[in-house]
Amino acid sequence: MTPPAPLLGGDTRVINIGLDLFAETLEALGVPVVSVDWRPPAGGDRRLAALLARTGDDVEAG
Amino acid sequence: MTIGDANRECLRRIQAGTARLVALRPARDVVPGLGERSVLHAGPPVAWERMCGPMRGAVIGACLFEGWAKTAEDAVRLADSGALAFDPCHHHRAVGPMAGIITPSMAVWVVQNDARGTEAYATLNEGTGKVLRFGAYDPPVLDRFAWINRALAPILDGALQRAGGLDAKTLIARALTMGDECHNRTTAATCLLTRELAPHVAAARAGDTERALAFLARTDHFFLNIAMAACKAVLDGAHGVRGATVVTAMARNGVEFGLRVSGTGDRWFTAPAPKVDGLYFPGYGPEDANPDLGDSAITEAAGLGGFAMATAPAVVQFIGGTPELALQITWRMYEITLGEHETFKIPALDFRGAPLGIDIRRVVETGIVPAIDTGLAHREAGVGQVGAGIAEAPIACFVQALEAFVAELPI
Repeated sequence: MTPPAPLLGGDTRVINIGLDLFAETLEALGVPVVSVDWRPPAGGDRRLAALLARTGDDVEAG
Repeated sequence: MTIGDANRECLRRIQAGTARLVALRPARDVVPGLGERSVLHAGPPVAWERMCGPMRGAVIGACLFEGWAKTAEDAVRLADSGALAFDPCHHHRAVGPMAGIITPSMAVWVVQNDARGTEAYATLNEGTGKVLRFGAYDPPVLDRFAWINRALAPILDGALQRAGGLDAKTLIARALTMGDECHNRTTAATCLLTRELAPHVAAARAGDTERALAFLARTDHFFLNIAMAACKAVLDGAHGVRGATVVTAMARNGVEFGLRVSGTGDRWFTAPAPKVDGLYFPGYGPEDANPDLGDSAITEAAGLGGFAMATAPAVVQFIGGTPELALQITWRMYEITLGEHETFKIPALDFRGAPLGIDIRRVVETGIVPAIDTGLAHREAGVGQVGAGIAEAPIACFVQALEAFVAELPI
């Protein structure tokens, strides 16, 4: 059986989606990081997020 | 039809829309539903009692212009009496910058969208500063206003007829490559218009042609009203697509900001009109300014103005910003739009199409709101323009629109 390829065998470069804290920690260790400008839909408002979830492009509009 | 299909159809109609400038006519001859005491105003509906200072000033000026009143006090009494029929310009296929007042004797541009069979109207631009649309109504303002409507309009209509009409959409597209965003800067578009009309004005030799051409030469915002009517004709052609979440009108009456969405019919979604972040003329400051005002945000809904800000580095000086800010604003608007304009291109972005088709879903999802280039009117009647700046559309309107849209979806 062939052993699995090492996950982080070479130089590590990271794309961070979410909290900046993860990126900052890696940057402090000298790891190149690109942060995606992401935020939760509707600023985290659950009611609005639920409305948005009902308006996808594939939703039948009548 | 799915929401995606509806939005694609809505965007297709906007892209295919045409804007042919065909005539200047007295409003009473062409604007549908205009009665002899009709007073159309900018923005969503607002009663006389709630109108802001500059709009009241423009109503007073219109009453004096029409001869309905001999003094400002008479005009106020007339409005108080209920004898005037107030209604939004948008309810009559028209748009008006700032106060947006249209009364029957005022001349209006007629713009036709042949692709959809729609027609839209807007008054002639008076220039900036102390002008009627910003609420001023003293004798020099009214003298100029009367000359524009009774002398300049027939000259330009004659020239327009002789030219066989003009393609406003093409003029806008060319102006975008010459530093206009066609809202707060229409210098290039006005030059292009003047270049087209001047030979016909000269050939017709009717009226005071020297004064007419001199007025065009010094009135940088002259094309604004034409751009607005062009955008209105195109967006009306994309209104009423069931299931579409695209904004087809944004307008302010100085008290409230309102928007309409293609798929939710003619209802307005409103919130208090925003304050404007801007640059003031000498002697004025934020305490003097009225909240945002005017139908001119129709240009942003069509991919111009704040959405095309990257085309107009010169305009940012007029509104107190930087060229870098102009680029950032346009980049941000791509986040809330469904497409890119196939005709209106932005040179600074490698001729990328202007962000087009504001999607209420994306606004609510991202929290990014439309940026609107705008003028600043003094909050009191009779003063006029005090500056210019950028306003942000209130997100509450988009939330209301989304709620209404979802409520109307089939279960």
